[in-house]
Amino acid sequence: MKLSHPLLLVWVALMLLLVSTVVASQNLTGPFSLAVNLTIAFAKAALIYWFYMHLRQESGLARLAALAAGGWLAILFLFLSLDYVTR
Amino acid sequence: MTDTALPQPESSNFQNEGLSETGTERVSYLRAGHSLSSWLLTTDHKRIAILYLIAVTFFFFIGGTAAALIRLDLLTPQGDLLTNEGYNRAFTIHGVIMVWFFLIPSIPNTFGNFLIPLMIGAKDLAFPKLNLASWYIFMAGGLFTLFVLIAGGVDTGWTFYTPLSSMFAHGSVVLAAVAVFIAGFSSILTGLNFIVTIHKLRCPGMTWRRLPLFVWSIYATSIILVLATPVLAITLVLIAAERLFGLGIFDPALGGDPLLYQHLFWFYSHPAVYIMVLPALGVASELVAAAARKPIFGYQFVAGSSIAIAIIGFLVWGHHMFVAGQSMYASAVFSFLSLAVAVPSGIKVYNWTATLYKGHISLDPPFLFAMSFIGLFTVGGLTGLILAMLAIDVHVHDTYFVVAHFHYIMVGGTVSAFFGALNYWWPKMIGRTYSLVWGRLSAILIFLGFNLTFFPQFLLGYLGMPRRYHVYPPEFQLLHVFSTVGAGLLGVAYVMPFAYLYYSMRYGTPAGFNPWGATGLEWTVPSPPPKHNFETIPVVDSLPYQYDVELEEDHG
Ligand code: HEM
Ligand SMILES: [Cu+2]
Repeated sequence: MKLSHPLLLVWVALMLLLVSTVVASQNLTGPFSLAVNLTIAFAKAALIYWFYMHLRQESGLARLAALAAGGWLAILFLFLSLDYVTR
Repeated sequence: MTDTALPQPESSNFQNEGLSETGTERVSYLRAGHSLSSWLLTTDHKRIAILYLIAVTFFFFIGGTAAALIRLDLLTPQGDLLTNEGYNRAFTIHGVIMVWFFLIPSIPNTFGNFLIPLMIGAKDLAFPKLNLASWYIFMAGGLFTLFVLIAGGVDTGWTFYTPLSSMFAHGSVVLAAVAVFIAGFSSILTGLNFIVTIHKLRCPGMTWRRLPLFVWSIYATSIILVLATPVLAITLVLIAAERLFGLGIFDPALGGDPLLYQHLFWFYSHPAVYIMVLPALGVASELVAAAARKPIFGYQFVAGSSIAIAIIGFLVWGHHMFVAGQSMYASAVFSFLSLAVAVPSGIKVYNWTATLYKGHISLDPPFLFAMSFIGLFTVGGLTGLILAMLAIDVHVHDTYFVVAHFHYIMVGGTVSAFFGALNYWWPKMIGRTYSLVWGRLSAILIFLGFNLTFFPQFLLGYLGMPRRYHVYPPEFQLLHVFSTVGAGLLGVAYVMPFAYLYYSMRYGTPAGFNPWGATGLEWTVPSPPPKHNFETIPVVDSLPYQYDVELEEDHG
């Protein structure tokens, strides 16, 4: 029980973030909505990385490997926007 | 190794003459259990490799049958054999099966599975059960794909471009996407398994600088498998979401962007073309060193270029979209980066050449396959550079020039390397030697048949023959006939290795530990290896490829 307790809290936090995603998508528009939604998504991903994927207990190499996935995603977004912004 | 220097059977085998089984074989992994379930439930990486070998060979011939239909249909300008729909379906089957069920798994999942633990001095992969699970997922995905493609019919090509796939295509696009999605998990699990194995299970003394180059290339491939495949999965899910639920992702009418699909698809698929060719580059390094009997020239550069290819390969995908409406500034950047990715590939080719220079070369089948790999890969790579030039690509995009380009790399390159690997490691896997004469003959015929099939396609494309059409102006017929005749020759030549290798299983002489006199831990164990590979875990104390160099005389 001791161990599952923080995990439950994280789960509650994730559900709250999910609710805020839904609320934000219904009430906000334009670039502002995009920024808010991406921030929420980032927070969700960070919680999952840190707690559910146990990265807070891991060594540097494992953290680096996990971050690499984020780095690769950054490449995708970078070059995609290069096309969109200058098209 | 020449014919006369064929390894003699180990003396312990002589008493077995006339028997179909040698002493080594009796205790090998091949005989560790005879029942079907001992194969289908095995967690031995060597047996799983054999399961993959059988599976990819099966898919290779299915894909080949579709290719034969395509080539026969193209014999006449009217496309008499197939209907329009039938032709579209045939090239979709061909592309989907060959890419996902032959080229991607071929070398990593058979030879990678078999050799990685042997080469790094381990008893198995890090996750043997995951390895078996990966084979089952692969088979489930493969057979389901085959069923959907044949029973349902998909006409989008292997690229599933929107809006064709999301709005117009007939047939079972969503089911096909699900099938490929499933197979993707097999790639991810295998890649993960290799990465962990190479990090954690190297034997004492096997430092990163002492790793065989094949291991380096499989490592680089695994990184791509793990990072890129999920993007393919997501993309396929998005297509299904748009088709089934009308979510506006790619359809402009719903606020989507059709080019987004191509971005996502090629963000996976250009790296995926390196998934197909990097393992082949690793095979070539091994075969070249073994044939030249010299240490690989510039080992660190050859190893590092695999990693460089894996990384830069992620930055070039836009070269598939030069004429698709992509911003010209983005195109310019992608064009530059595409030229840059040729540099590490070039490094490898130069270093192999330097390795062969003055080497004591033996013209064995593996070497002949390696040579045709290097030559054809070079032609494919150089024509890639041509396509990467913006102004030229406007003219040859979506023509047979592109078809020829990627077949030189994927078929001329990867398939040749696959056969090279099969011929080189077969005595290790099965424990028997095969006929070198037949091996040489098939290597030469494959090279000739390949060029007769695909060289005319460069000319066709240059003259303006578009790809994926089966009705064409009569003046193109002659070149198409050449290509079809070449394909016939190639088909026969591809069957030959399976015939003489199969024959060798029964009638070949026992191979001994090291029939090619090569370096590497895999040659220090019996052929076929015992179930747990090594009696005692080996200790490595020197660099790889330490051959006693015998230089050819300089006849200058
Ligand atoms: C030397 C580096 C390479 C360069 C610079 C290069 C460049 C290109 C370019 C510019 C195109 C697009 C042409 C067009 O559609 O108009 C292309 C297509 C293609 N290339 Fe390469 N390439 C390279 C290596 C490879 C490798 C290693 C493979 C496979 C193992 C490969 C497979 C393909 C495929 C499959 C296509 C066409 C895909 C399709 O549209 O169906 N290429 N390449
Ligand atoms: Cu590409």
